[in-house]
Amino acid sequence: MALTFEVLGRFNRARAARLTLPHYVCQTPLFMPVGTQGTIKGLTTNQLEEIGCQIILGNTYHLALRPTSELIDELGGLHKFMNWPRALLTDSGGFQMVSLLHLADITEKGVTFQSPVNGKPMLLTPEESIQIQNRIGADIIMALDDVVRTTITGPRVEEAMYRTLRWIDRCVAAHKRPHDQNLFGIVQGGLDPTLRDICVKGLVERNLPGYAIGGLSGGEDKDSFWRVVAQCTAALPENKPRYVMGVGYPLDIVVCSALGADMYDCVYPTRTARFGTALIPEGVLKLKHMAMAEDTRPIDPTCACMVCKNYTRAYIHCLVTKDAMGSQLLSYHNLYYMMKLSRDLHSSIIEGRFPDFVCEFLQKMFPKGDVPEWVCNAMEVAGIDISSCCAPFSTAKDEH
Amino acid sequence: MKFTVKTWSSSGGGGRARIGVLQLGNCPTPIETPSLLLSTRKGLPYFISPDLLSSLPYPHSHLLQVCPLHFLDGLSTKTISRVGGLHQMLRLPEYVLAAVPRDSIQCLPEADSSNKAGASFETPCGRCLIKPVEYMEMISSMKPNLWATLADEVPAWVSEKRNRTSVDRTLKWLDACIALSPAEGAVFGAIVGGSSLEERKRCAQEVAKRNVSGYWIGGFGLGESRDERSALLSAATESLPQEKPRLICGLGLPEEVLQGVAAGVDLFDSTYIYHLTLGGFGLTFSLDSMEDNISDLQLSSADTDHTKINLRATVYRKDTRPIIEGCSCYTCQNHSRAYINHLLNVHEMLAQILLEIHNTHHFLGFFKAIREAIKVGKFEEFEHKFVQARRHQLAAAAV
Ligand SMILES: [Zn+2]
Ligand SMILES: [Zn+2]
Repeated sequence: MALTFEVLGRFNRARAARLTLPHYVCQTPLFMPVGTQGTIKGLTTNQLEEIGCQIILGNTYHLALRPTSELIDELGGLHKFMNWPRALLTDSGGFQMVSLLHLADITEKGVTFQSPVNGKPMLLTPEESIQIQNRIGADIIMALDDVVRTTITGPRVEEAMYRTLRWIDRCVAAHKRPHDQNLFGIVQGGLDPTLRDICVKGLVERNLPGYAIGGLSGGEDKDSFWRVVAQCTAALPENKPRYVMGVGYPLDIVVCSALGADMYDCVYPTRTARFGTALIPEGVLKLKHMAMAEDTRPIDPTCACMVCKNYTRAYIHCLVTKDAMGSQLLSYHNLYYMMKLSRDLHSSIIEGRFPDFVCEFLQKMFPKGDVPEWVCNAMEVAGIDISSCCAPFSTAKDEH
Repeated sequence: MKFTVKTWSSSGGGGRARIGVLQLGNCPTPIETPSLLLSTRKGLPYFISPDLLSSLPYPHSHLLQVCPLHFLDGLSTKTISRVGGLHQMLRLPEYVLAAVPRDSIQCLPEADSSNKAGASFETPCGRCLIKPVEYMEMISSMKPNLWATLADEVPAWVSEKRNRTSVDRTLKWLDACIALSPAEGAVFGAIVGGSSLEERKRCAQEVAKRNVSGYWIGGFGLGESRDERSALLSAATESLPQEKPRLICGLGLPEEVLQGVAAGVDLFDSTYIYHLTLGGFGLTFSLDSMEDNISDLQLSSADTDHTKINLRATVYRKDTRPIIEGCSCYTCQNHSRAYINHLLNVHEMLAQILLEIHNTHHFLGFFKAIREAIKVGKFEEFEHKFVQARRHQLAAAAV
């Protein structure tokens, strides 16, 4: 185990912790921006440090293709290759294959796929995934799991869950750098509470450095989503980090943190920036919109980032989706927003004012009090009273 | 704006290369010329965000060229006025903004469609005809420190008649622009004349009669040959009063810049950097050409002409050195050739950011070397050696 996890403060299920990794001491809850190919699109590593970014996620599948894990290894690991002094996490590569390649097929051996380079059939085994990730050298590496879409039901979900458990032992056995890298197991089991329960128990028995909740944010309804998170966080050990994979909407992060999750990753903040959308406390601001052309306010008047301190919506409006600078500046702001959200979650839990923070957050996002029902339900389980920001006779339907 | 010529390249006259000092109210440090105006897109460098811009050498990175036409694409002059002009909009209060109708990259003069009412340009949002009144409306709202008057630029191959017309129109628009000019901002009168020495001279002489603070030399980089360029440049600069600054657009390559400096031009645009950056090139030529030993540059490879390297080339895949060992730019201080090679391979924007930083840094260094050479009275020698060395290198690379 190459990490320590100290819970510094709690509010019911929510926790704020210090996560000490080989390359950085992180504060949780935290958001990890996705730097697929060894860079966060349009930002320098200096800027990422300035913004307060603690961990960057790299995609093993992409890095293994280019520049290849052998090359990264030869040049001293991904930290050195991209000159990033803080923490890194790599995924297993399996999810990318299943989601990006049509011809991926999962068997007991591993994930079979057609090479995008030469079209030949290739096989990614749990052993190989770990070997590649050992070469890349991230602080946290992820076990290869059998991923099924959450919309799929029936025996395939059960098969995937048990296979994920069998594969974790192969991953642990293959892991050559347990003193430099932390192998996280991934809880699978679709939307079935029984399967999730078996998977959590199985993984906890293996005493891993940390656990991820996988197979979510794939189109399932929000009520199912938060219930799986709540079930898993309740059953996972108190003294280990919990990572909800692929979650990145600010609202989802606030809800999951209230339920006791610690880490998140998503391409959303940077991807949406490239399409001209800014994250703001009220939700989103579409800078392409014609009304922005004459708006001389900053993107978010309450934001202290380099972009909001200097530029008007009008100026950003004329840049977005046309000029590189538009996505550079918006990505900067959006990531700043996510880092600020992480810091606010952490400090409000430490300072014992987490419910106030949640209420303020919801009030800004739902000024009419139309907080979605799934959020209300989740908050009830989290033991957070949000009645002050919900409209008394809300007829709002579950949708956000 | 205050401009003073400090030194001439050769004390005995003859040499026209000169050191000038440009002082502008908002920029606290005077800027020495010859100097480079950084190309911008909508006022900011193409890829260098404002926080990174400040890492470039001071004060010479503080000259920016802006193209008012860029803002046709989404921002009204009314909004720009309301914000208080471009300095305010870009939040670059201490930068010198020089407005020129074309950017030499994406906004180019379209001589066939220009008419007596105005100049036509090919831009990313289509072809547009700009009349002096409209242009001055942009200038008044943007409030640049200095701006060039509207010109009817023609390529080198047009007829004598079309070329004469272009001079006539440019002079007419010059008067129109001056008549409409706002109180602030230095006017740079546009000089054209295509590839005709007489027309170049005529235009310069006429512009010299007007009440302007400096001169903008247009119509270069539009098909003229290298051999005729020096004479054309001189035809214009010879007819201009010496105490006012001269700005030129469309000269890119280092050799072309040297030709301009030799003819007494003070300010240059930097399309070269843009093209290098997009092409995946990093500048590597030596900045002390005076001592450069040509025989050292025997190593020949397809990936370099010894003035720049193509970072896409596979030889850099494992090259952990910076683009230039010892370069103090952000890129070389932080990243390897191998990393940039990877970023280019996977089409990541950070490649362009890092290359634009290094190339701008290095090209600013080139201008510094030019100024040093003029100061010690050795510009002609510098130019000769530099051009010779490049020729040898290019020839060696071609083998
Ligand atoms: Zn901001
Ligand atoms: Zn450099």
